[in-house]
Formats: sequence, C-alpha cells, structure tokens
Amino acid sequence: MPEKFVARLDEFKDGERRIVFVGDNEIGVFRHQGAFYAYSNFCLHQGGPACEGLTIAKVEERLRPDKTSMGLYFSESEMHFVCPWHGMEYDMKTGECVADRRKKLKKFQVVQKGDEVYVLA
Amino acid sequence: MDLIADRGRRVTVEELNTTRLLAHARKQAHKRGFDDILIVDVDAHHYENEHYDEFLPFMENDVLRQLVTVGRSTRQRPGIVPIPTGYQDMGGRVTRYPMRSSEKTDQGQLRDVQLGHRWMDAMGVDYSCLFPTGMLNIGLHPQTEMEVELCWAYNRWLTEKVMPEAGGRFFSLLCLPFADPDAALRQVETFGGRKHVGGFMITTVRANIGVHDNAYMKVYRAMEERGLAIAFHSGVNWSDIAFKNCNRFISVHALGFTWYNIVNCTNWVINGIGERFPGLPVIWMESGLAWVPFLMQRLDHEYMLRPSEAPLLKKKPSDYMRDMYYSSQPMEIQDYDAMETTFRMINAETQLLYSSDYPHWDFDLPSTVWDLPFLSERAKHNILGGTAARLFKLAPRNEKQKANLEKFGNLAAA
Ligand code: FES
Repeated sequence: MPEKFVARLDEFKDGERRIVFVGDNEIGVFRHQGAFYAYSNFCLHQGGPACEGLTIAKVEERLRPDKTSMGLYFSESEMHFVCPWHGMEYDMKTGECVADRRKKLKKFQVVQKGDEVYVLA
Repeated sequence: MDLIADRGRRVTVEELNTTRLLAHARKQAHKRGFDDILIVDVDAHHYENEHYDEFLPFMENDVLRQLVTVGRSTRQRPGIVPIPTGYQDMGGRVTRYPMRSSEKTDQGQLRDVQLGHRWMDAMGVDYSCLFPTGMLNIGLHPQTEMEVELCWAYNRWLTEKVMPEAGGRFFSLLCLPFADPDAALRQVETFGGRKHVGGFMITTVRANIGVHDNAYMKVYRAMEERGLAIAFHSGVNWSDIAFKNCNRFISVHALGFTWYNIVNCTNWVINGIGERFPGLPVIWMESGLAWVPFLMQRLDHEYMLRPSEAPLLKKKPSDYMRDMYYSSQPMEIQDYDAMETTFRMINAETQLLYSSDYPHWDFDLPSTVWDLPFLSERAKHNILGGTAARLFKLAPRNEKQKANLEKFGNLAAA
C-alpha cells in the first residue's frame, strides 16, 4: 500500500488535523492525545468533508441510581469529530457514526518513520 | 479565527469560503452530470437580517421607519423581528454559522448575490427561490402594522435591488403580511406582476392563522388571477404552547416544522379552498415529507365518516393534497420502503420540488434526490427542476438542459 506523507512530527501538534489528498481520495489525519487516527474525509451522510469540522467531546446525560437525570456533561474520555455540513458526529478512536455505530468511516493506518508521519492509502 | 468547543478547546480555521466548504458538492454535481440538468432549488435562504440598513429605508410609514432606523447602531439591529429560542448551529458544530461573517465577498456586487451564486454553482443549482431568514419570524411580531411595513420594505428591496443583480438566477415567493388581509392584497397587487416574482409566501409560525378565514379569499383570488403560487413556509417556535413541554431543541425542531404545515394544510383542505381556487398552486415548504402520508390517512379516515363537516369537498382530502406541491427538504431518508410509499402517495413525479434550504443547518444536496434507488429518470428530472421550470416558467441555461426539459415535457420558457 503506498505511503502518503502527512506531516513532520514536530509540526503536527496534538489536537491538530491534516487533510491529505491521494488521487481522488481525501483522508483526514488527527493527532489526539498522542495517537494518530486517519479516516476518509467523505461523510456517510451526504458526502461532506467529515474530518474538517470541530473536534468536541461526546455529550453525556448522567443519571442517578434512581434514574433521575443529573443533566448534560462533556465526556472525560470520548472525543468526537464533527462533519461541518450538518453536524454528524464520529468517534475519534473508531470512526463510528455515534448516532448509529454500525456505520463507520473507512479507517487508514498511520505510520511514523523517524520524525515523519505517513498514512497508508 | 478560532472556533471554541468544550472547555476552551480551540479549533483554528481560516475564513469561511463557501466554494471550498462545498467542494464535495461540486464533485458530486460533476460526477452526476448536473450541469446538463436544469436544477431549481425552490427554498434557499439569505440573511436579510444582516442587511437591515439596506431594506428598512423602504418602509413607507415615516414614524415606524424612524423608530427602527434611528438609535440602533449595530448592523443586526436586534428587536426588529422576534427571534425564537433555538440552536440551529448546534453549538458551532455546523461551522458556517459562527464563521459566516468571516467570508469575503467582492465590493461592487451585493454580498447575498455572490454568496448565493457560490453555493448554487457548487451544487449545480441553476435557479434559487430566495427566502429570508429573520423575516421567517415576522408572524410573531406583536404589531400588525409593523409586519405590514417590514414585508413591504423587504419585498421592495428584494425586487428592486437584490434579484435584479442576480443575473436572472434568483426568483422569490415574496413575504405576505398575513396578519392584515387588506395589506396582503395590496402587496399582491403591487408586487405580483414584478419580474422574478413567482408568488407569495406565508410564514406559518404565527399566533393566529386561519387560512380558511373569509378575509383571505380576495387575496387567494388575486393570486390565482395572476397565475401566482402560494407557499406556506414552516418554522419553529419553542414558546408556542404546543412545544412548551419539549426540553430539547431536536424535539421542537422535529415537530415544529411539520406541525404548522399540518394545521394549515388541514384547514386548507377541509374548508375546500382547493375547490374554490383550483388554479392556485399551493406549495408546502420545509416540512420534509413524512408528515404528508400521515395527514392523508388521518383526514381520509375521518372524512369517510364525517363528510358533513367538509361539505365543499368533491373528493377525498388526500386527492386535494395530491394536487398540491411539496418542497423536498429535509428528506427523511431513513427507510427506503417508507420513502417509496411516500413518493407514491404524493405523486412525487409531478408534485415534488427539490429544495436545499441552504445555508441552513439541515440542507439537502441535489444528490439526495438523484441517488434514490426507486426513482425513474423522468421523476428525477421533474423533481430536481422540470416541475419547477413549468410552474415558474424558468428557461434552460444551456442546450443540454433544453433537450432534457423537452424530453420530459417541461420546457415552458425558452
Ligand atoms: S454530509 Fe456530513 S453531516 Fe451531512
């Protein structure tokens, strides 16, 4: 599988993303909490640029033992990225559409070579 | 600029560029050959509420004009048209909302015309029916006289300044001040014959709206006589008694947009307005489609047992509803079998009109129609633009579009 250069490691900071073009394909590469994740940049909804929007923590509703609601919170552990066209949210670590986890963006492997980051496309 | 998500996390983005944001839409259009097909978007929006300075001067009444133009320094002039509570932008997740003001346009041509052309070109849309954004709430204005004045000013600005600059690619169904039937009639008489006017639009988020009231018959007749269409454009109002028990915007949005059109369509049908004005095209806007089979079944069921309460009807309520038009967005594409049934029930091949609703959050691209697996080629062409081309007499923009319109019997203007 051909390797596509993404960025130099020291220029790709945590919390950032890059979009790389491989022929007609587009891949979004995220650096999140030290790890790299790469997904197709074509949203499963209407084909929007899925990797080019906000990254934002999952919203959770917490319940007490008696099932009453404590209200809404941002998750401490699950990060999402959001397609900017209509707001469809994807799990950063899996590429799953969080409203229906049977749907997933195509995932690509990211490799580090020395101080450079590549995606296998 | 920085978009701020949770806990101060910042995402740096350059300025908004509609063409770049919609680059994938352009790819879709190219792949499907949309430039060869006349595509009409019957419901797109601009943010006229960011151009109050340009259209408020068209108000007729000196005192009311002075009241809204002097003493307010900000461009958006809060307090002129009521703004219902809501989170269309999803906390900035739909980035074109917070970034809108960062988009650059050229001097010398109206900003809204340039922005409109950018998204139309990206999607492959040839003509857009332009509707306002803030003025969709004009029905919530507590002053009837102000509703009349603001509609008048907006309609003048749109027909005299905006649409003439758009190279013939915008048309509109103008804002009707429905709170005052006499004033509504005057606006139909004044603006109904102007260029780029296909009819009039009633914003349906209103405290009082009885579309069957005798006071409106002269307004409908005036539109029918002029060959104009009437559209009901839906919306949301969280403060409405019907939605006060909803605690999330998703609930209010899902129900509200359908609710107002359900109420108005019911009154329209049951009171036999379709029998009284058979030549008046009626369009139901921005409620999606799932509500239509629901209402057809409910009304037919009751009508079979209680025809004495709808004595003007000569056929079933659903038959009248099949005479009407529906804008497509937001198409609830979740279950293709249900959708296919919906399309059959509304006679989509002749009654459905593609709409994007761009730039609002739940816009639909033309591919949402084109890619449906159960549609015939004729249905695709009709829905995307052929039916609207006939209805609003829109000419093809190239030879291939002309050939396609001819092929499906939709060539109404050369
Ligand atoms: S295309 Fe991505 S949310 Fe709609």
